[in-house]
Amino acid sequence: MASEPQLEAVKGAKVLMVGAGGIGCELLKTLALSGFQDIHIIDMDTIEVSNLNRQFLFRQCHVGQSKAKVARDAVLRFRPHINITPYHANVKDPEFNVDFFKQFNVVLNGLDNLDARRHVNRLCLAAEVPLVESGTTGFLGQVTVHVKGKTECYECQPKPIPKTYPICTITSTPSKFVHCIVWAKDLLFAKLFGDKNQDNDLNVHSGDADNASRHMEDVFDRSVDEDLEKYGQKIYDHVFGYNIEIALTNEETWRNRRKPTPIYIKDVLPDNLSGQNGNLENCTTEESAVSAMSSLGFKNSQDVWSLAESSKIFLEALRLFFEKRHKDIGNLTFDKDDQLAVEFVTAAANIRASSFGIPLHSLFEAKGIAGNIVHAVATTNAIIAGLIVIEAIKVLKDDYKNYRMTYCLEHPTRKMLLMPVVPFEANKSCYVCSETPLLLEINTHSSKLRDFIEKIVKNKLGMSSPLIMHGSTLIYEVGDDLEEDVAANYSLNLDKVLAELPTPVTSGTILTIEDLQQEFSCNINIKHREDFDEENEPDGMVLSGWTMASTEKDNRIMSNGESTSTALEMQGNTDDIEITAGEPIGLGGIKRKHSETSERLEEASLTHTGSSSANQAPPEDVDDNEEEDDLVLLDNDPEIGKKKRLK
Amino acid sequence: MDGEELTAQETALYDRQIRVWGADAQRRLSKSHILVSGLSGISVEFCKNIVLAGVGSLTLMDDRPVTDDVLQANFLFPPLESEYVGRSLGELCCESLKDFNPMVCVSVVKGDVAQFDGEFFDKFDAVVVSGCSFNTKKAVNEKCRKQSKRIAFFAVECRDSCGEIFVDLQNHSYMQKNSNVAAECLLSYPSLEEAIMIPWKGLPRRVTKLYFAMRVIEKFELLKERNPGEISMFDLPDVLKLSKELCEAQSLSESHISVALLERLLAAGRRECPPVCAVLGGFLGQEVIKALSGKGDPLKNFFYFDTADGKGVIEDISN
Repeated sequence: MASEPQLEAVKGAKVLMVGAGGIGCELLKTLALSGFQDIHIIDMDTIEVSNLNRQFLFRQCHVGQSKAKVARDAVLRFRPHINITPYHANVKDPEFNVDFFKQFNVVLNGLDNLDARRHVNRLCLAAEVPLVESGTTGFLGQVTVHVKGKTECYECQPKPIPKTYPICTITSTPSKFVHCIVWAKDLLFAKLFGDKNQDNDLNVHSGDADNASRHMEDVFDRSVDEDLEKYGQKIYDHVFGYNIEIALTNEETWRNRRKPTPIYIKDVLPDNLSGQNGNLENCTTEESAVSAMSSLGFKNSQDVWSLAESSKIFLEALRLFFEKRHKDIGNLTFDKDDQLAVEFVTAAANIRASSFGIPLHSLFEAKGIAGNIVHAVATTNAIIAGLIVIEAIKVLKDDYKNYRMTYCLEHPTRKMLLMPVVPFEANKSCYVCSETPLLLEINTHSSKLRDFIEKIVKNKLGMSSPLIMHGSTLIYEVGDDLEEDVAANYSLNLDKVLAELPTPVTSGTILTIEDLQQEFSCNINIKHREDFDEENEPDGMVLSGWTMASTEKDNRIMSNGESTSTALEMQGNTDDIEITAGEPIGLGGIKRKHSETSERLEEASLTHTGSSSANQAPPEDVDDNEEEDDLVLLDNDPEIGKKKRLK
Repeated sequence: MDGEELTAQETALYDRQIRVWGADAQRRLSKSHILVSGLSGISVEFCKNIVLAGVGSLTLMDDRPVTDDVLQANFLFPPLESEYVGRSLGELCCESLKDFNPMVCVSVVKGDVAQFDGEFFDKFDAVVVSGCSFNTKKAVNEKCRKQSKRIAFFAVECRDSCGEIFVDLQNHSYMQKNSNVAAECLLSYPSLEEAIMIPWKGLPRRVTKLYFAMRVIEKFELLKERNPGEISMFDLPDVLKLSKELCEAQSLSESHISVALLERLLAAGRRECPPVCAVLGGFLGQEVIKALSGKGDPLKNFFYFDTADGKGVIEDISN
């Protein structure tokens, strides 16, 4: 048990935990053992089987139940006399407003996504409650402390924005397996089984766009009595054969690239045309259990299927969707826990990979990439949770001279596996915790207010219920209680270009953007610019101001007084995890595991196309330089000198 | 390896960690047998981690009755209940740990780890001891070393806000994970006795002060025939005297042994700080997993964590 003064600080404290997952389970246990008596915990998730290898408060019988509630009950068993208040809810729900946050002495994050982290950061700033932030992936982890007026806030350093791929890389020129996965999942799967009304770039562009799209509709629509076998083969030949032939006609594209090979079913499975079905009798009719692998007798998800095997699974999965899950078709979105969907996407990605000479992957690997599955082990979460509690106790004792950011490493740097670093002072140009305005370059004559809100206010600034003001004039706001005419006016504004709004937004305009729930506002200086580079500036607008460097690379620099720098950064998607670019690089030149890190980056990079948002348009952002993303050796970065440490 | 596939159930349960260490490592883990003697806060954390990881079996050894004292950093079962009467800490922990992962066989062996002969240890691939005398640790370590098969040995101790892990993997070959090339590496470890016999003068200059302070306390407990943590501030004069003698005998400047640190360790007594147990139990779990799977760079051969500076440091104390 803790020493006496420590115990006093701990006993009287009211703490909020956000997240009851991998870190959360460990954290709740360690808080309870450390003598904390009043713990509130928010988590919107329910328990899944793949949680059980590390979220030790949960058992098989809890699958499907609220994490926050089950975690509470489990901890009360060994510490029956403390108060734990669970909320099975999203931390972004309006009930968790600034007043709610104000009741706590410290907030502890065990979150799994960037969006929620930023939201909590803003609420903590507004409520002036200290925040201890954390993340883990594999053997890596980190804990940071954010106290208004004392240290930097969570957003003082720009977060790497999850990478997406240029649409032409996905539709026409894939060079990595991940590109084939994105194609299979976001284009092909969405086209066949998703919402028919969504835009879809599945077909490659042949000269005549109208012609192509008409042709496409013909192919993908299945007439009521069309033979399933024939339909599957037709789809196969169309997407892996015909579409590749069309693409090959664009000679310019292939001048400096390896040409893909069109693949037709008759070449791959010459004997299959007579129609050998899988053994349906072996399949249970339970929807979630429908599997092309089991119906065809494939067992090991770690095996890499050949082209012929992938083709069989492709056809079988397609058939099973139409036969067994017909009612789902039209509103399916890819879900990593949907076995049949994962089989279909793996098979399709492998066939496409064969066509483009890209190495094939197992279902296990493909599932990881497609589902943005993060590597997670119990030990790292336990270590990180221990460190969170240690920092939380310092915060409660107001022992700010001893606040540390701590990095948990896989390979030692100067003998250290746990590396503490003195926190940085707040970034004076942080648009979140200081009042520094941002700069937006935008074509005010062609960009609509709608684009500005989607691409900048929501995606870049992370606001969910924004209010936009030009001087004292409201241009736009979100709310349930708007007057009808006001709401109508706003929706009219959405489709106007900036320069033609009732109060025109032009070069030199300063816009104020506010999020009432986050009690956060910032100013944006508008600068008109005529042209944008399609590849590098796909948004058609560029926001700058607080970023120190490219957001694609990892920007955090940790100089430990001597010569070591490290660059672990929180990022965020999926499970418990949040570090994009790998490991610290010490003076001795400890090398990072290149392959693993880049793999992780690729996974992280799929965020925009991940399962989180339904029917998402194909990726638009441009960055095709994955190899460079691993570079984290920033010792010579001029920014090091500019950052100030806490004294 | 061995050609045995993981079952669908294992693949589903261990999905996230197989993505960290691979299916081969998971198969090796599931065939490994581990002995834990002394259920301190660190070892309970360790047990949780290793059961979740999916080892083949875990054998517990701790005959102590359940008291408030032994439960301070234990989350495996409720505080004192009448039904505990006549049951040992090992038995109660065992029941709870079984629940964590039905695929792991958890059992209890009664007795004092010091009393078992070498053959007993032959059943295990890794042995973890905690909360016993230095002589016992040394003896168990030697018995593990005498077996024909390699038995990884770990000794751990948490003294309130800091703690120590000792690792002896004897001769350990593993796949180094650096860069793109997987290289087979071989490490040779000294035994616990060999390691601490290394003259202080010969140690690298920047060895953590905790190493020396731990040796002084350990020696003190040994001379007084006490178990780890059976100390208090009343022992300070004797400990300071011993510290001085040791420094003289080893020709080491006394400045290497911080009085404040000795005071902290004495004041800690048997107290274990739960977050420190979580941190050290986590690292111990990782090291045992590395030792059993042959995957990942193992630490050699001491690890320290101290909340005072927040560092987790590896010290290589070998010739």
